[in-house]
Amino acid sequence: MKELWRYLQKYKKECVLAPLFKMLEASFELMIPLVMRTIIDQGIGGSDAPLIVRMVLLMVALGLVGLLAAVTAQYFSAKAATGFAVSVRHALFEHMEALSFSNMDRMGTSTMITRMTSDVNQAQTGVNMTLRLFLRSPFVVFGAMVMAFTIDTRSALIFVAVIAALSLVVFGLMAMNIPMMRGVQRALEDVLGATRENLTGARVIRAFRREDAQYEEFLKRNEALVNRQKRAGRVSGLMNPVTYLMINFAIAWLIHTGALQVQTGILTAGQVVALYNYMSQILVELIKLANLIVTMNKAFASWKRIEDVLRLQPDMREDGSVHVPAIHADEAVRFENVSLHYPTAGEESLQDISFTALRGQMIGVIGGTGSGKSSLARLIPRFYDASHGAVLVDGMDVREWSQAELRHKVGYVPQKAVLFHGTIRDNLKWGNPDATDEDLMNAVRAAQAEDVVNAKGGLNAMLEQGGRNLSGGQRQRLTIARALARRPEILVLDDSASALDQATDKRLRKAIRALDYHPTTFVISQRAASIRRADQIVVLEDGKMAGLGTHAQLMEQCEVYREIYESQYGGEASA
Amino acid sequence: MKRQGTLRSVLRRIGRYRYLVFISFALSAVVVALTLYAPYLAGEAIDQIAVTGFTMEALSPILVRLMLCVALTALLQWVMNAINNRVTFQVVRDLRQEALRKIGSLPLAYIDSHPHGELVSRVITDADQFADGLLMGFTQLFAGIITILGTLAILFARNWQIALVVVLVTPLSLFVARFIATKTHDMFVQQSRTRGEMTAYIDEMIGNAKVVKAYGRESQSLHEFDDINDRLGKIGMRATFFSSLTNPSTRFVNSMVYAGVALTGALSVLRGGMTVGLLTSFLSYANQYTKPFNEISGVVTELQNAIACAARLLELIHEPSQTPEPSNAVELKDVKGSVTLENVDFSYTPEKALIQNFNLSVQPGQRVAIVGPTGCGKTTLINLLMRFYDVDAGSVRVEGHDVRQTTRRSLRGAYGMVLQETWLKAGTIRENIAMGKPEATEEEIIAAAKASHAHSFIRRLPQGYDTVIGEDGGMLSQGQKQLLCITRVMLCLPPMLILDEATSSIDTRTELKIQSAFARMMEGRTSFIVAHRLSTIRNADVILVMRDGHIVEQGDHESLLAQNGFYAELYYAAQ
Repeated sequence: MKELWRYLQKYKKECVLAPLFKMLEASFELMIPLVMRTIIDQGIGGSDAPLIVRMVLLMVALGLVGLLAAVTAQYFSAKAATGFAVSVRHALFEHMEALSFSNMDRMGTSTMITRMTSDVNQAQTGVNMTLRLFLRSPFVVFGAMVMAFTIDTRSALIFVAVIAALSLVVFGLMAMNIPMMRGVQRALEDVLGATRENLTGARVIRAFRREDAQYEEFLKRNEALVNRQKRAGRVSGLMNPVTYLMINFAIAWLIHTGALQVQTGILTAGQVVALYNYMSQILVELIKLANLIVTMNKAFASWKRIEDVLRLQPDMREDGSVHVPAIHADEAVRFENVSLHYPTAGEESLQDISFTALRGQMIGVIGGTGSGKSSLARLIPRFYDASHGAVLVDGMDVREWSQAELRHKVGYVPQKAVLFHGTIRDNLKWGNPDATDEDLMNAVRAAQAEDVVNAKGGLNAMLEQGGRNLSGGQRQRLTIARALARRPEILVLDDSASALDQATDKRLRKAIRALDYHPTTFVISQRAASIRRADQIVVLEDGKMAGLGTHAQLMEQCEVYREIYESQYGGEASA
Repeated sequence: MKRQGTLRSVLRRIGRYRYLVFISFALSAVVVALTLYAPYLAGEAIDQIAVTGFTMEALSPILVRLMLCVALTALLQWVMNAINNRVTFQVVRDLRQEALRKIGSLPLAYIDSHPHGELVSRVITDADQFADGLLMGFTQLFAGIITILGTLAILFARNWQIALVVVLVTPLSLFVARFIATKTHDMFVQQSRTRGEMTAYIDEMIGNAKVVKAYGRESQSLHEFDDINDRLGKIGMRATFFSSLTNPSTRFVNSMVYAGVALTGALSVLRGGMTVGLLTSFLSYANQYTKPFNEISGVVTELQNAIACAARLLELIHEPSQTPEPSNAVELKDVKGSVTLENVDFSYTPEKALIQNFNLSVQPGQRVAIVGPTGCGKTTLINLLMRFYDVDAGSVRVEGHDVRQTTRRSLRGAYGMVLQETWLKAGTIRENIAMGKPEATEEEIIAAAKASHAHSFIRRLPQGYDTVIGEDGGMLSQGQKQLLCITRVMLCLPPMLILDEATSSIDTRTELKIQSAFARMMEGRTSFIVAHRLSTIRNADVILVMRDGHIVEQGDHESLLAQNGFYAELYYAAQ
């Protein structure tokens, strides 16, 4: 809850003024029954027609001033609520970007999307309605009670009793409803996940003729959602009838006590009417309050879920700001007894890896599927933290580098080639925002992607979301160009040439070797051909280092490497 | 015009629940009548008090009647709420179902060219907003109208002068509400559109947050996000503020009505035309009568938003489906595996020709390898074989039947497909493997996993075959995912195979082992293989060498090498 105020801080003024003007409006409304009593007791009782006219004019004036107050209040609350939503969305987006890769693995994309869209919308509506009504309604309720006291203490005690009972019921229902709403939201998320799946997996689903099964599954989740919604609705639907019942019973009680007082001459008929009017006003306000509480319940449930995300601590701390000059000038990357255990995985993905990459060297990393090649690559730009040992860049532990500096040094090309909606130029500039077209084209040429750029119509060509209007191989080459545009000191190619034919792959490696800034290059690959000429080759098997050395050394000493090599070059194709 | 179409579509869907709707309306009418009766009873009770020397005996029965009336109202109101909830949630459930049905039958061209996040937002957020609007419409619109009519009837029956005052002032309220509603409709449409834009952006950036972080683009993408966010904030502010004007404006009109009733009523009491009690119940009616106007105008703005949201969802639902199958579509049975392509022309966009005059004839059991530089149309060929896309000219025939004359299910069932882009559904490993054959036994599944060499890594997962993986495969490596996709096909073994870079992410030692399984699998099956590794291709019966959407060479390995053309060039470059 405290967090919530933080996002309203900028709108402190609006948050105070909106309810204030609302209460001002309510005060005018509270005066109406008194005016009416004067009309009945003095106007009608005293047969004073001019007084009645004057009183009615007063009513009109009160209404007019009330209108002005209300419009002002609506303005302030709309401003605060939408502004609040803007800053929450900003904070969420920023926070999600700051989360570590393991955080993201655990949360999942669709959760993050609902938090930012429907949850924020609910919270916005909640803030808006709360500012407008939350203070106003209790104000009218208590105001009516106070006014009742000015008329008659005994009758006013009925107000006290009824209001106490009502609060109990209202808050009790609310307490019951909040967990139910949270369940509804969770069910909605399941439906969202199912919808997404049917879009992203359209090809496979159709190929396996699973349209009907997928549909069935969706139906099940959709049905679960509806059932939860109906159950929650039955509870929140109690609010209106129960309050109506209580208020009207109170009215009967009020008239009954009032009648006794009138008999003894303590009250006038006009006063009983005024008391009755106040009770009716409470009812009107309670109906509003009940609707507000339904909205607020939803908003609270949503806010809690937003808060859960905001509270999620990025589980990777950044201590780096200390500037230690490189200790070993000729040493680019060193692994010291590194082990890695993903929080979501059963066993260690890397065990006790040690090796040193000298500046400008090309390091090949090879191994079977699931041997830990990519895990090794991901440790260099510190996407994950080693669970044991340390990864050093320029002689300094990556945990001591600032993330921005570290990642600026490293050009990382992921396995999954992802590009973004925008021009090819925009995409390449991710690597280096200050790059000139000339720089970009150099990177493109080195990445063997010149024909891709030309085929699409130059750097200004638009790419669709995810780069869908490119083939897999075209995307891979552009992602490599994106990394090269940064002229990185360390280049990590995480199996990022898998969709390239061998001829292109070969030209690519040649071009990288010829780069004038001589990056230290890590080539992670399944293909022996891709890493054969590397200065050092790391051979991984089941997360352990099975060999380290040059091609010639490994062919002699490393059984695993020899097997890999022969599986690709075996038979008649001799190199 | 378009809005009316949307309205008609929505009404048609509500029509399915017309009995429930009818009961709800009937209950609503009863509830309104009872609600109108309560103030009348209260007025009668007050009249009792106003007479000097009244007795409690005369008063009590009236109060008892009041309480009974109120209790019944509360009960019926609750039942009515439950029914309204039911109808609303079920209508939205139906809409979501239809949307998903549609997603299952949309042409892939549509799915490929629309941001998935934006489509998801229609099915989730828009549907939700629509539900909110519809529910309000249900609970308040009809009851509101009945209340207005009922009150008018009573007023006219008891005192036509006061009734006239009410009728004359009211149109003002309607006019104000209508004015505001038309003004705000466009704002809501714009708001909904901006929301969609934002969801698409979040989907792209948060979905690929890992790349964003690798390139240190957090602040840049936050900046772009803020741009959309601010726009949404501005339009949201205007939409919220202007629509929230309805309430105070109509309330002002109401207080005018109230004042009018007070004036005419009080003067009429003075002239002896009515009693104080009647005046009190009239004032109460004036309140009850004007309240629905408030609500209706509130409902109208809410409905505006709901209709705008429904329109976006319905747009998806009304999107044309893929070409329907002819009624006499052939059910492909006992497919031997003969496939012919005759004079096929195809392109994704009319302005850019891709495949032109393509001819190919494949005999049953033949192994067809497709090679060529990236982006030459290999994947497109698969799209056509599986009929993910339809040819622009010419025909694709399986067993002599034009694929457009066959059922999609039987066509796709005849193929086993492994794509380079691995897609797994959120669920257990077992569910993913059994996708093509849900009835498969445990033994069959394990046998398939052993054949594809996935068994050993699956066994090492925390819960083995019951391990739940997330929507993008979670912690599995690209290669492991590919192994699962192969297992999926191994299990159902259809008569024809499509292997698009099926082993690109699998290490060669494993691949070598899978190859033997593949070889067994391809025995007697027509197979289409896209691969970069020439070793995979060498054993094919026919090698198609593609370049820019054409087949430039065709033949087996030896004859192609002998031709010393493009294939030979590719082959030697790779060595």
